[in-house]
Amino acid sequence: MQTTNANEEVNYLEYKGKYSGIWGWIFSTDHKRIGLLYLYSIAIMFVVGAFLGLAMKLELIAPGKTIMNAATYNATFTVHGVIMIFMIVIPGLPAVFGNFLMPIMIGAKDVAFPKLNLLSWWLYVAGVLLILTALLFGPGVPDTGWTFYAPYSFKTGTNLLPAIFGAFVLGFSSILTGLNFLVTIHRLRAPGMKWLKLPLFVWTLYGTAWIQLLATPVVGITLVLVSLERVFGIGVFDPVLGGDPVLYQHLFWIYSHPAVYIMILPAMGAISEIIPTFAQKGIFGYKALIISTMAIAFVGYLVWGHHMYTAGMSGTAQYYFSLLTFFVAIPSAIKVFNWISTMYKGSIKLDTPFYWAASFIFVFMIGGLTGLVLGALATNIYVHDTAFVVAHFHFIVFGGVGFSFFGAIHYWYPKIFGKMYDKYWANVGWIVFFIGFMTLYTPMFYLGMQGMPRRYYDYLEEFHGGNILSTFGSWIMITGLVIIITNLIRSARKGEKAGINPWGGKTLEWRVPSPPPLENWDEIPVIGEEESKYF
Amino acid sequence: MYNTEVTQASNFVEGVDFAFLLILGISFFFLIALTAAMVFFIIKYNAKKHPKPKEIHGSNTLEIVWTVIPFLLTLLMFYYGWIGWSPMTKPPKDSMEVTVYGRMWNFLFEYENGRKSDTLFLPKGQPVKLNLVALDVLHSLYIPAFRVKQDMVPGKEDNFMWFEPQKEGTYEIFCAEYCGLQHSYMYSWAKVLEDSTFQSWYQDTTQVVAAIESPTAAGKRIMQNIGCFACHTLDGSKLVGPSFKGIYGTTRTVKTGREKREIVADDAYIINSIYDPASDVVDGYSKGLMLSYEGQLSDEDIGLIIEYLKTVK
Ligand code: HEC
Ligand SMILES: [Cu+2]
Ligand SMILES: [Cu+2]
Repeated sequence: MQTTNANEEVNYLEYKGKYSGIWGWIFSTDHKRIGLLYLYSIAIMFVVGAFLGLAMKLELIAPGKTIMNAATYNATFTVHGVIMIFMIVIPGLPAVFGNFLMPIMIGAKDVAFPKLNLLSWWLYVAGVLLILTALLFGPGVPDTGWTFYAPYSFKTGTNLLPAIFGAFVLGFSSILTGLNFLVTIHRLRAPGMKWLKLPLFVWTLYGTAWIQLLATPVVGITLVLVSLERVFGIGVFDPVLGGDPVLYQHLFWIYSHPAVYIMILPAMGAISEIIPTFAQKGIFGYKALIISTMAIAFVGYLVWGHHMYTAGMSGTAQYYFSLLTFFVAIPSAIKVFNWISTMYKGSIKLDTPFYWAASFIFVFMIGGLTGLVLGALATNIYVHDTAFVVAHFHFIVFGGVGFSFFGAIHYWYPKIFGKMYDKYWANVGWIVFFIGFMTLYTPMFYLGMQGMPRRYYDYLEEFHGGNILSTFGSWIMITGLVIIITNLIRSARKGEKAGINPWGGKTLEWRVPSPPPLENWDEIPVIGEEESKYF
Repeated sequence: MYNTEVTQASNFVEGVDFAFLLILGISFFFLIALTAAMVFFIIKYNAKKHPKPKEIHGSNTLEIVWTVIPFLLTLLMFYYGWIGWSPMTKPPKDSMEVTVYGRMWNFLFEYENGRKSDTLFLPKGQPVKLNLVALDVLHSLYIPAFRVKQDMVPGKEDNFMWFEPQKEGTYEIFCAEYCGLQHSYMYSWAKVLEDSTFQSWYQDTTQVVAAIESPTAAGKRIMQNIGCFACHTLDGSKLVGPSFKGIYGTTRTVKTGREKREIVADDAYIINSIYDPASDVVDGYSKGLMLSYEGQLSDEDIGLIIEYLKTVK
């Protein structure tokens, strides 16, 4: 295979093209460099977002003022939410690992449209800058929450229009990535790489790409409507002008709910790669996992109303949204059953990526099962807009996507950087993070059931206990995070050299050198009929 | 209708809690069973003990089993969620009606006889229908003990919630929808009383109370009830709006349209500040935060407020 002449080729990290230094990166159309550009931009934003979260938790350690006033607190959770959702978890895995690995995994030299791919990253950066300037240099404090609900968002003088424009630019970046991936997966598969041989991570990127393409334009529509209202005074959302604030919520969630699946599907895909590698056997239920991916992508469009049960929709609408929400839970359950079955009779090697994957399954189950409480009408009325919801979506978005992201980085790190990290510290980081995560978010379920609403700067004494525990958890979690990140950064320089296939992975990326050469393959691989279709 | 031994705070508690317990029960079962299976496999099939993996590519029977069983369970959970909720949409005809005004950042409850209160007094065993009116932005009326919540949407007509309180006591009312700076201070209490106690409170109209109070005390009580102090302080510190400390009779700098001018805070100015806050906006504060109280406060009410403001030194 490829391995013999590996050392003579220039790898993508060392390659010197037309431009040098940083220009060689930000003008590079190499999918691997673009993947890393995303990784670095997302990592920077993540540090900011996590710091804001930590500050919020510290404020909530006791009733009354602890470290900041109400206005600062409201601004903090708004910026925290906007950064975490729009700039980190939505681009998240597809932008980083999808870009870096998908072409290699299907045996291609790059994505179908490399220049468009670079444009996506530029748009991402532009969107981030636009939103941040809109938030930080607006006429008023940004204090609307990441949902920007009308009519409050129109009243506070926050720069709503530029912020939505920024979200639109980010959305455009997302659409272009989706389009690029769709075409790449359709057209650039290596000979013999049939659809039913594609790695499951690629399949989830495929499902995600369709959502990106079809759901994201709604942000554009919202932008147009908000502009019509702001600029021409046509009443769409603002009741003062005769508009309907609930319409805004519909449009917001028609995009933002499928966006949850944009986040979680690739996360599930990465888990479907990690588990078989460390169980040293093929995945259990390959086709079932594909079908469930596509089912989630499809039904995920139709359930946005479960964010609005208390907003006063018609009874029939409530009924259908609730029923469909329950249905969308089934494919996720199927995935969990198949992952666990993959471990059955395997030969399990306990390494850092596997710890992340197994703990992913655990926290994802908690997130998913509490989602049932929120999907059912009666119980939703009770805990909607309380700390329960905050706990639920942190279990899905941070527990699900976050754990998978950390699993993926520990899994593909030797491939991406050609170095192996310190496994001892990586494991320590994982267990500390996991304990911190559980301590931070579990009490919030309880607080929600006690009736504590979300987005509360101050609270009554009866909520004190749960909040202390939660804040305490945030300190443990941040310690874990520091260990993990320090270890990864340090190992990029000091780590031992990693071989081509340190984990014994079966997918194609483990056949190219680490780090991969500029064009991935000197010769496009041919996938033989006899090769396992259960990558 | 109700024969349960334990009296619940409201008629919805049983339905909601049953759905909750059912879903939590199913959830815990799966969480524990699946986690146990996973941990068991990880230990049993550890590479050290089990060096040769056995390829198993899947099983259609199992896929069908674990599609059908969750499907049936979701139908069950959906069903109980739905029947716990659907009575919430159908208020009985004989309900007592109370109109709730939500504004930044307080609730005001207005009864059929015109009695107004910042606390929701309710007779036990009597169905109540709350008509929800939001005056500025979204709010959400949430009484955790009663298991009810409904968003208050500005401009939305015929927006209501109902319940029947079944147990005497004092229960928290929160605003659950984020509504700006003082969102976490937008809470009140529901006091469920024996019918006779409630009636004596209910018949006791504002005027009667006002007459026995001094005008300044009455003014302060009105302001407390309607929530002026969510934005204004008495001690000179700035909140959302300027402090009332020493306001009466001093010269204020205001913006009228684009023009800045000086104006003395006399009766006319205060009346205008309350009925039309947008016309003269105090310098350094933003327009649109304080909304008009026209229709909420009568001229007499404002007269009492002015009497009170004169005393705030
Ligand atoms: C949502 C917050 C809010 C509430 C509630 C509120 N106000 Fe105000 N009020 C303001 C703001 C902001 C200003 C300054 C801007 C302006 O003049 O409109 C103001 C200004 C005033 C002024 C002029 C003050 C001055 O320094 O000249 C008076 C008088 C006043 N309010 C009375 C009241 C009374 C009486 C109530 C209760 C019935 C009330 N306000 C409720 C926000 C509020
Ligand atoms: Cu409110
Ligand atoms: Cu509120």
